[in-house]
Amino acid sequence: MDSMAAIRQTFFQECEEQLAELETGLLSIESGDSDHDTVNAVFRAVHSIKGGAGAFGLDELVRFAHTFETALDLVRSGRIEADAALVRLMLRSSDTLADLVRVSRDGGAMDDQRVAHLHDELTRIADPDAATAAPAVSAPEASVDQTANAGEAGDDDGFVPLQVSFDGLLGGDADAEPVAADSIFRIWFRPKPELYAKANDAAKILREICSLGEADIACDVSAVPVLAELDPEGAYLSWTIRLVTGLGEDAVREVFEFVEFDCEFTVEQEMPADPVFDFEPEPVAAVLDQAASLAEGEAEAPAIPQKVMDRIAEVAVKDAAPAKPAAGGQSAQAQASQTIRVDLDRVDRLIDLVGELVINQSMLTQRVTEAGIARLSEVAVGLDDLEQLTREIQDSVMAIRAQPVRPIFQRMSRVVREVAEMTGKSVRLVTEGEACEVDKTVIERLADPLTHMIRNAIDHGLETPEERVETGKPEQGSVRLTAAHRSGRVVIEVADDGAGINRQRVLEKAVANGLVDPNAQLSDGEIDDLIFHPGFSTAGSVSDVSGRGVGMDVVKSSIQALGGRISIASQPGAGSTFTMSLPLTLAVLDGMVVNVAGQTLVVPLTAIVETLQPKEADVHGLGETSRVVSMRGAFLPLIDVGHELGYREAETDPLDGVAIMVETENRAQSVLLVDSIVGQQQVVIKSLEANYGHVFGVAAATILGDGQVAVIVDVDAVVAGRRAEPDLANRKRTAA
Amino acid sequence: MTHVNEHDTASSNELIAFRLGGQEFCVDIMSVRDIRGWTPTTPLPHSPDYVKGVINLRGSVLPVIDLAARLGFSSTEPTARHVIIVTQVGTQSVGLLVDAVSDILTITDDKIQPTPDVASALARCFMKGVLAVEGRMISLIGLDSVLHTHPNPGSVN
Amino acid sequence: MTKLVLTVDDSRTIREMLRATLVEAGMEVLQAEDGVQGLEVLEGAVPDVIVTDINMPRMDGFGFIEAVRDSARHRAIPILVLTTESVGDKKDRARRLGATGWIVKPFDPAKLVNAIHRVAA
Repeated sequence: MDSMAAIRQTFFQECEEQLAELETGLLSIESGDSDHDTVNAVFRAVHSIKGGAGAFGLDELVRFAHTFETALDLVRSGRIEADAALVRLMLRSSDTLADLVRVSRDGGAMDDQRVAHLHDELTRIADPDAATAAPAVSAPEASVDQTANAGEAGDDDGFVPLQVSFDGLLGGDADAEPVAADSIFRIWFRPKPELYAKANDAAKILREICSLGEADIACDVSAVPVLAELDPEGAYLSWTIRLVTGLGEDAVREVFEFVEFDCEFTVEQEMPADPVFDFEPEPVAAVLDQAASLAEGEAEAPAIPQKVMDRIAEVAVKDAAPAKPAAGGQSAQAQASQTIRVDLDRVDRLIDLVGELVINQSMLTQRVTEAGIARLSEVAVGLDDLEQLTREIQDSVMAIRAQPVRPIFQRMSRVVREVAEMTGKSVRLVTEGEACEVDKTVIERLADPLTHMIRNAIDHGLETPEERVETGKPEQGSVRLTAAHRSGRVVIEVADDGAGINRQRVLEKAVANGLVDPNAQLSDGEIDDLIFHPGFSTAGSVSDVSGRGVGMDVVKSSIQALGGRISIASQPGAGSTFTMSLPLTLAVLDGMVVNVAGQTLVVPLTAIVETLQPKEADVHGLGETSRVVSMRGAFLPLIDVGHELGYREAETDPLDGVAIMVETENRAQSVLLVDSIVGQQQVVIKSLEANYGHVFGVAAATILGDGQVAVIVDVDAVVAGRRAEPDLANRKRTAA
Repeated sequence: MTHVNEHDTASSNELIAFRLGGQEFCVDIMSVRDIRGWTPTTPLPHSPDYVKGVINLRGSVLPVIDLAARLGFSSTEPTARHVIIVTQVGTQSVGLLVDAVSDILTITDDKIQPTPDVASALARCFMKGVLAVEGRMISLIGLDSVLHTHPNPGSVN
Repeated sequence: MTKLVLTVDDSRTIREMLRATLVEAGMEVLQAEDGVQGLEVLEGAVPDVIVTDINMPRMDGFGFIEAVRDSARHRAIPILVLTTESVGDKKDRARRLGATGWIVKPFDPAKLVNAIHRVAA
């Protein structure tokens, strides 16, 4: 069912929020900066996840959350102290809970042993003697029990997952048991005053009994006192019912489920052969009316006229909330919630339309200028205002997609914990600028590179506690993760106070790997940059932590794919700082607009190193068709973009064009030859794939100020295509 | 406008008829989103000859197919008088470059005859049938494979 | 007659689930996120039945039940407690404070609807 799928999505969204709350709470408990509310919030987060998980039959999640919750409850109630060891256990449990949530959502395997182990540890908090009593993770007895009696009182401490099914909601009685021969029950029922005080009602109970079968009801009014002695809140009536039903005694008793302590009642099964009654049956409807009016009187205190009650209620409401306007239920709700949830597609559509508006507005300006209208005329002034407004709308719309980096920074605290534990190092994570906002997609795609950098910082950057003490540093190392807005971009830094890059070793390794000429003279910065080289790994041995086949080159290319740049600054003995500069949004791109064979193209600025006018002496032929340009002693391949993209047959003379030195994701440098450079401009990225498909050599399209479509060059593909020339014919076909 | 079988409500379709290289063709009106005059396209690298390029259609990038070239006729040299029929094919929008739009027809399914064998294999694989309207023959074009799939005479739907 | 039900729960998932279930059963639903908001909603509406969670921020279910039972206008509204706490003492406490009945989470939609019909006038 659709609504179920939507609720499931809500559930997982809510889980993410609860998990963040849980972690934040635990961290503030850890830092000693917490009060009772924090503990309550932490408890509630786990409790909430359990509640929702139960509804979706996520048994494993429910079980772990339940154990976790039980342990947290002990802390909440003050029965155990949250010491450092316990908080660490809680943090690990919160990590595991997060994993379980994600596995429940996305599928995949859990480390069952880890879960079982934590389960044990948590259980032992509550009951130190419990030893290894934790159930196997996939214990079959946890299977969903549809028939569990949800209202069963007593010692049903165990939490029974019950799957929600919307089927048969309006169908017959869910409790219907197979109809045996009709049984006859004799029921006696006398409410206590408490029953009415809880808004229960004898009439409702009688109605419920009537619904079970054929009922004959007799009301005993003998206990009703004279009016003067009548307690308006008292209960004086009792009933005797003879019920003929196909249902069993349990079904009859269930009627009294909510009132069993607020009334006296007996249920006895009569032998069918016994036709003797000790009362005269009255018509059911009459009894119900009587019961209803009497019961209502008892509950509502009829001794006071209704008018007076109403007036008192009015006054009471006024006293309680003097400042509040008489708000309806819905508007009261509206006041309380300050956010709305919007489908991402709708936001993206809005962003598209605003992009359109920007283009339209600049076209209009261009036309007005062409028409020779004076700068200071009313039309021109109006257009200036329009331009201003359009910019503001664009900024506001982009801001909708922007989210604070906080959640991802919070996730890093887990990475730090895990790596610290694995490496036996003591690490403190300091975060700053969590409120800094970036495009949602940028944030999502930042998770992996950031995780890797944090791992690296701890594994390779920080020294062991012993080494640190030897060099006079505090035993605990620190990793600083900061975000800040700087000139229209967001700058994220990962800084450690470790040993800094061991340049000697980096250089040796680069030489050994043939990345650098043994005689080359490299600056410190150039040596540091070598760690971004593909396949480079500074660790002497592959460790558990960083040795996952991912190097800094991958980090660099992920950042570049986001239109970002990364750099490193390192100081021996004091630590290293990685600085990433990222665009605030992926909807626009800074590009260099160029002309090639009569076409206008856009080259992403992030790929461009510099532009230059090639000199005849610098261009050399290589083989039959290839040419290279020498740049500071290196020979870089020269690529004629017009020829490469099939806009012209013959290659141009490099001396007639402009050379753009580019760097691809794998850090290879090449020189692109274009006819001329028009300028730099921010462009709105448009999908070519939506209506057409992928085109080799093209990253996306955009619409320029004159309303024409221009393609954005895929620099990597153009450079790679040059190397794999023979494939080009095939590519043409697939591009079609 | 010509209305054939105006009173027949059985299963009538409205079709947009257009001219292309001296012949008449038509497409289901339900797949037509817009009809606009020719605007210069931005050519795409490495695209087949029947892809004229892309244009800006209210903010999205719309590929324009030279339908004549796609059907195996000689390619069109577009002028200001040419027309782009914007169609919806599945989830994609595709512009079809044609000479001129001529008519809206209302026909019933039983008026559609199978494509005669004389048409070229390439043309036949885009044709769903032919119609006889007031002595003219109009070919019904199916849009499913106009943009991407390679002509495959074996699988005509 | 359409029944008007106020649901009070801090979990968005449970709130949506309750709404789906109750709307499907032909009832109208008012929502609140905690006891404080629940009382705010009650200022402008008198539902036929209230379904409330126990564990909530600001004002929990116990406090909410107590406040409703103390209000002359609302004391007669049946209250069903929705809770994962099937443990006896939690239920007892809710009952002492004036809960009319209870539903154990995760709830079975048919049982919930039944229980509402059972306690509603």
